[in-house]
Amino acid sequence: MDHTALSLIELGAVFFALGVLGRLAGKIGMSPIPLYLLGGLAFGQGGLVPLPDIGGFTHLASEIGVVLLLLLLGLEYSAAELFTGLKRSWMAGLLDIVLNAAPGAAVALLLGWGPIGAIVMAGVTYISSSGIIAKVLGDLGRLGNRETPVVLSILVFEDLAMALYLPILTALLGGVSFFGGLEAVGISLLVITVVLVIALRYGRYVSAIVDSDDREVFLLKVLGAALLVAGLASAMQVSAAVGAFLLGIAVSGSTAHNATRLLEPLRDLFAAVFFVVFGLNTSPASIPPVLGWAVLLAVVTTLTKVATGWWAARRQGVGKLGRARAGAALVARGEFSIVIAGLAVSAGAVVGELAALATAYVLLMAVFGPITARVVEPLARGLQRRRGHGHEPATSSVS
Amino acid sequence: MNVEVTPLPGIGVRKDFATRHGRRIGVVTHRDGQIELIVSKSDDPDACLASLPLTADEAGALANLLGAPQLVAQLTEEHREVPGINTKQLPIKPNSPFDGRTLGDTAMRTRTGVSVVAVMRAGQVHPSPVPDFTFTAGDVLVAVGTSEGLEGALKILKNG
Repeated sequence: MDHTALSLIELGAVFFALGVLGRLAGKIGMSPIPLYLLGGLAFGQGGLVPLPDIGGFTHLASEIGVVLLLLLLGLEYSAAELFTGLKRSWMAGLLDIVLNAAPGAAVALLLGWGPIGAIVMAGVTYISSSGIIAKVLGDLGRLGNRETPVVLSILVFEDLAMALYLPILTALLGGVSFFGGLEAVGISLLVITVVLVIALRYGRYVSAIVDSDDREVFLLKVLGAALLVAGLASAMQVSAAVGAFLLGIAVSGSTAHNATRLLEPLRDLFAAVFFVVFGLNTSPASIPPVLGWAVLLAVVTTLTKVATGWWAARRQGVGKLGRARAGAALVARGEFSIVIAGLAVSAGAVVGELAALATAYVLLMAVFGPITARVVEPLARGLQRRRGHGHEPATSSVS
Repeated sequence: MNVEVTPLPGIGVRKDFATRHGRRIGVVTHRDGQIELIVSKSDDPDACLASLPLTADEAGALANLLGAPQLVAQLTEEHREVPGINTKQLPIKPNSPFDGRTLGDTAMRTRTGVSVVAVMRAGQVHPSPVPDFTFTAGDVLVAVGTSEGLEGALKILKNG
């Protein structure tokens, strides 16, 4: 069999297997991300069936996957929403960073992965999965709940923090000096400010450039613009993903809605490849040694996210049950933790164990998050009832 | 009424208000236009008992069901300043002689001086019905006139 034929067969088999896994995930009502990672682990080096012939395609496809993930994240928000979200949630957002980045950084330092490893792991444990959380909130019928805007504005804050964090991380991974790092931070702050101002003032012009009534033309223009901007950003040492995110923010209104609808299936395809490639590059044998740390991180960061949500919801005058729901909703981690770990691993600046720990951690959190969001209410009610039991006779005698 | 408008970043907008009994009622409008009716729980005002997705038609029908009595109240309010003029809702009962006949057939205006300003049917308001508007049982006529005229109109609709 010639090389092309073999590549097509392997690629077809991978996509088909992912489709089956995705269906399975849908049936049991969980995110497909952990299953894609498991799929990657199974196909990759040291896994069950190594697939060497599709490296060329999957490498570029996974890059495009990251660009599309961030582009669609940017399209979700308008600049105005980002500003109001930021104003409402900056205190909760800061608490979120402190509580949830610290455990990851601490574990990385304990394992001797150095300051860069600490910054990478801090990002991995900090960033919630807005994709998983938005879906879970919709599925559970909580969009009308009073704590939901609190949860969403924390997610907005996290996404903005990502826009700042990723370019800094890319600069650090590139091995620049302390001052080089400061310069990178300065540049990225400047670029983000400029883009936000453009998006707020002149967003409709950006939209007009990519907009078209013809689906085909529109798809080519919007995808072309995303890859161009991502490539240019990457050449300027700002991460490609951030470029795409900022382009997404600048595109607004109906253009953004149409672009989201058009690009969603593409994102799902390429992002799935990205997760698989991440799994492919991780040897399953490297996971058991770090599993203990992953479990510890999972437990600690579940508690810290719940605490963040609880505190933020209390500030908005939400009751105890609502606070518990807000906290539990934030627990899921997923695509962006893997994006961060992926950036670090592909730059070769961190040890291979970091990928294994990040994989194991995201596997746990992407499954654990939605489950926590679901069970928190019956659990909290049960606790409340048990605690309220002693008071019951008193209240009934009054009535 | 104090309607609270809350942006839901990435999802849409929530608009709701608190009722006198402490429940919240409102809608979540998704960015793709999908509308959800939300009603809060009684024991946990932060959570929702129901969040019902509605099509545009369904939302319109519900708005009419709720809005029709409002129309009468508004008309009554408007005529309060004019002494001797009243607004009244007149039902077409299943045994009414005008079930299946037109507004013109009642000769309402010539016989009593009463004007029919609207007809409510199945939650919809049909404003300013013309003389060949055909009534059916269950319709409610919104009529304006003197109190004697309105009494007379009620009798006509009942007995012909």
